[in-house]
Amino acid sequence: MTTPAVQFKQDARRLSADLRHRRIIQTAMGNYEVARDQRKAAFQDWQGARQMAAETKWEAVNHLDRHLEEFVRNLEARGAKVHWASTGQQARDLILGILRTKNTRVIVKSKAMTSEEIHLNEAMEQAGYEVVESDLGEFIVQLREEPPYHIVFPAMHLTRDEIKDVFQRKLGDAPSSNPEELTMVARRVLREKYLQADVGITGANFAIAETGMLSITENEGNARLTAALPRTMITLVGIEKVLPRLEDLALFLPMLAAMGTGQAISCYNTLYGGPRQPGETDGPEEYHVVLLDNHRTALLADAEQRDSLHCIRCGACLNVCPIFRNVGGHTYGTTYSGPIGAVITPNLRDLNEWQHLSYASSLCGACSETCPVKINLHHHLLQNRRNASRRKPSWWQKIAFKVFAPVAAKPALWSLVTRMGRLGQKGHRLVKGGRLDPAYAWTKTRDLPPIARQTFKEWWRVRP
Amino acid sequence: MSERDNILARIREALAVPAPMPGRDHDAARSRPVLPTTADQRRVLPAVGKSFDEQLALFRKNAADLRADFRFVQDLDALAAELKRICAAENWQRVASHGKELTGAACRALGLPVLLTDQAFDKRELARCDVGISECDALVAQTGSVVITSRSAGGRALSVLPPHHVVVARREQLVPDLPAAFALLKSKYGASYPSMISITTGPSRTGDIERILVLGAHGPKKLTILCF
Repeated sequence: MTTPAVQFKQDARRLSADLRHRRIIQTAMGNYEVARDQRKAAFQDWQGARQMAAETKWEAVNHLDRHLEEFVRNLEARGAKVHWASTGQQARDLILGILRTKNTRVIVKSKAMTSEEIHLNEAMEQAGYEVVESDLGEFIVQLREEPPYHIVFPAMHLTRDEIKDVFQRKLGDAPSSNPEELTMVARRVLREKYLQADVGITGANFAIAETGMLSITENEGNARLTAALPRTMITLVGIEKVLPRLEDLALFLPMLAAMGTGQAISCYNTLYGGPRQPGETDGPEEYHVVLLDNHRTALLADAEQRDSLHCIRCGACLNVCPIFRNVGGHTYGTTYSGPIGAVITPNLRDLNEWQHLSYASSLCGACSETCPVKINLHHHLLQNRRNASRRKPSWWQKIAFKVFAPVAAKPALWSLVTRMGRLGQKGHRLVKGGRLDPAYAWTKTRDLPPIARQTFKEWWRVRP
Repeated sequence: MSERDNILARIREALAVPAPMPGRDHDAARSRPVLPTTADQRRVLPAVGKSFDEQLALFRKNAADLRADFRFVQDLDALAAELKRICAAENWQRVASHGKELTGAACRALGLPVLLTDQAFDKRELARCDVGISECDALVAQTGSVVITSRSAGGRALSVLPPHHVVVARREQLVPDLPAAFALLKSKYGASYPSMISITTGPSRTGDIERILVLGAHGPKKLTILCF
């Protein structure tokens, strides 16, 4: 069996040498960076905005019980049904239960990373329902039967020709590889699905405690249609998505758009506060909201890393991460990739199995610097490394430090070892980087700089 | 215990240990952060001019950047005439709208049969319409957005299902920025909110294929804003 760590290494090796993949990602990210920087510059005080956003999220997460109860009270007052799920299994069962009572056949979905997290599509398909992803990127990766590549741009790793191919194969309709024509094919196919669907399922970006509303950010209008046409609507949302007040969106909506896609504001920012109200003539007759824990409370219990629950899933840390840009989104093998995925996955799943992600970082700190809610991402990666080695230190590390500690503590021994090291390096040069090299695993991709010919102390003694 | 009680109990247990606040000293964790006021937000958000003319110019510029068609006209008659011109140019056959003062006046000028979505209607019939004409709650200068709700704009589908969405608005509805838009929503609907509030900015779009902008992904391909 391949462990996640072995799979990560294999895929990372393959993809970091895949120049075509790298070119696609670099081009997309280059365009993104220009747009993002323009949007940041439009703010009068971007750093001030980050601090405000961080503090607002701190308040939301550190008084989560209070805000959640207020959110639920206000939402239920307008006739929505709220369900609580501790695990992914419970959330799947709850949703399948709703689908059964509604005699569902076709389900239309707008983008929801929470549903990827709990593998909802597989469960619904196994139960015999037709499930259609409506976000264009999600629709494309669904046709290709692969997970989303990126939390904001699910199909960014594909070229127009690859998309044309899959449309041809699965839909039998691809007039050309022109992005506009391909988009119109998807539009035609999905229009019919919105009208047929019995149930619409969405995720949410924010849950507003003060008014009991779910805020959904999108550009295509697919979530709007998913929420407008089917007779039943279900929103699956993580418990950490709460914001205290309606006006907090005045800050979060433009920040999310700037960092997520480099827009001033996304095309549709829509608040849903219940099913069809008295006097309204359309919209769902029933609105179900499923609140998902799925290990979020475990992350909450870690005060040191609690701020990773501030995440608004903008994807900015993925976009700036040198590791993500070289190994790509699928290599991580997780729902959430990039720095934020590397931080939260070991906590959401299993630290020992996923601790290798804490090393998928150069610790450059670009992620922490870009994060609009100031999550201390690269420090959390270090903390995960510490936690993992505390829990299960590896035998060779134990030996290495047993040897290193006395050497480093005694100056005479230290000086002897550095002198031996200089000699050893001369001999090493003969086999370095080759198969005979005992340190091959290290040196095949890294350079070991030569030890200085003179130590500081030696220089001091003989200085002119 | 219900799952609700379980989750809330786990949350309360977790929060017994305080967390440091990002960007502050460690002992500041004990003091509660003050949520930013509207004035705080205005200090950091993109700048908006004070006068109506500045705000109108900003809205116009944002609308153009977003490829929305914004037309500012003298009065309601001129607005109706403008709508008639668009109708002729696009050869509308079926029109959908809702029965409010501005939309009523605008649609009467078209002289076409109108599907009203504030009465019971068939969604497939709405899908066959060439245009959805709606009112709105506000226009936001800062972002070039239109604020609509299920109550003010003929429900949820009218503004997103037909391929062209036309918004009719009065000049008094122009607000400077997002904080003002949310304040307006609170004062207007605070007692009883509609089931949907949407801040719509430009026609539907996607960049999911090679990050190339395509308009009309699922929602309207065109957004026209007529204001007098």
